[in-house]
Amino acid sequence: MISFNQVCKRYPGGYEALKSVTFDIAEGEMVFLTGHSGAGKSTLLNLIAAIERPNTGSVVVKGQNVASLKGGALPYLRRNLGLVFQDHKLLFDRSVFDNVMLPLQICGFDHRESAKRVRAALDKVGLLQREKANPIALSGGEQQRLCIARAIVNRPSILLADEPTGNLDMAYAADIMEIFKSFHQVGVTLLIATHDEGTLHRFGAHVLTLKHGELQPTSTGSGQA
Amino acid sequence: MKNWLAQHGRVLLFTVHRFLATPVSSLLNILVIGIALSLPGGLYVLLQNIQGMAEQVAGTPQISVFLSMDASHDDIARINKQLKQHEAVGRVEFVPRDRALEQLKRTTGLADVIGGLTQNPLPDAFIVYPKKSDVQVLEVLRDELQKWPKLEHVQLDSDWVRKLEALLKFGRLAVLILAILLSFALVAVTFNTIRLQILTLRNEIEVSKLIGATNSFIRRPFLYFGLLQGLLGGVAAWLIIMMGIFLLNSSLAGLAQLYSSNFALHTLPAGDSLTLLCFSAWLGWLGAWLSMAQHLRQIEPR
Repeated sequence: MISFNQVCKRYPGGYEALKSVTFDIAEGEMVFLTGHSGAGKSTLLNLIAAIERPNTGSVVVKGQNVASLKGGALPYLRRNLGLVFQDHKLLFDRSVFDNVMLPLQICGFDHRESAKRVRAALDKVGLLQREKANPIALSGGEQQRLCIARAIVNRPSILLADEPTGNLDMAYAADIMEIFKSFHQVGVTLLIATHDEGTLHRFGAHVLTLKHGELQPTSTGSGQA
Repeated sequence: MKNWLAQHGRVLLFTVHRFLATPVSSLLNILVIGIALSLPGGLYVLLQNIQGMAEQVAGTPQISVFLSMDASHDDIARINKQLKQHEAVGRVEFVPRDRALEQLKRTTGLADVIGGLTQNPLPDAFIVYPKKSDVQVLEVLRDELQKWPKLEHVQLDSDWVRKLEALLKFGRLAVLILAILLSFALVAVTFNTIRLQILTLRNEIEVSKLIGATNSFIRRPFLYFGLLQGLLGGVAAWLIIMMGIFLLNSSLAGLAQLYSSNFALHTLPAGDSLTLLCFSAWLGWLGAWLSMAQHLRQIEPR
């Protein structure tokens, strides 16, 4: 589903964020990406969504080499991905409902069908009661859950999450992990970047560990190629 | 198809909302566009009116045929007959030299001067009304008559129409240049409005791109905004022109009465009005499009 082959990412100025990273993630797998801050977790996720491009190597997502994708094809790649951002990237000029509606509007869904889907997604993350609220009135955990609702409303086959439990307390974090687990159960491929060691051990999922831009062999990890 | 229409309808509705959200700046933009367009538009209407007037006056062109002083009665009768038989001539009026002198005395107030003359300096004359008012036909006729014996001078009375025509041509060119220049100004106004909007909505554009929005999806509301602003600017220009003509007409009415004429300026015809609206809407769209082409590339998610 997602495979990296000898991927290097160097930033202008010479800083190497990723050094020859190679791995494969199979369809329906749930994989955690871990490492110290600045290890290259966000860069790796950005390469999958083609927000950034690698300097060398290939990034293949669903059989497409993202590294050489033309600008016009990017939107259609991203529609297959659900993205959960560390900083949520919500729009504060519209309601919770309309925030989740946006991906469906972009894909040109029928309005009534979309409304049903939006409510289903909000229900899944427990925000159905807040659909008319402005996202600014939501707590950090609620905003994170709203971001997840927006990522899944389009029913993507791959979900990428960057520090989804980053600033949340234990109870909220457990909530969100439960939500991810339920996606895993319905066959969604998940790649979750986190530095929350506790979560990793509880789930016992595959783990990719980055250290200074290099993939480390880990005891729990079988996600490495 | 129905879905597609519904989508565009929603975008249009959204655009109208955005337009109404900033009423003052929207209104000012519309006014700027309206004034810019009403200048060449108004001048165009005036030129059309002058041309219409010229055509009306020149609708009955005449050729004055002055006979030699030594033309006898027989000559006059012969020329009269020849003129009447000529296929290009519609009607002929004979003006004897005595009557011409009388007329001159009456209309010009030169009675004293004329009274001092020992003999009548005016020749006998014919006024020829041709069948057709085409300038070229008239010129041919004039050149032909010039060659007849006992005719001193043949004068075409529509020369001034041709001069006016040339002047109008010049005026139209000036209006065209003005229109082109102000069109650029209109495009610039829209370009800038859209640029400011893009900057304000940078967040939304960025998030939309991350979620998989195509460039045409992102462009759509901005293009509609440009189109709407241009269209409303066109409506403003139309209203300004109409109001201008209305005001001019009410003061012209008094003037026309002095000349015992019922002259009044015509307003913009429906076809030209439609052209004005379409053109200004197109210019707004163009300005928005150029602005998007320039600025959209700079907003890439990070």
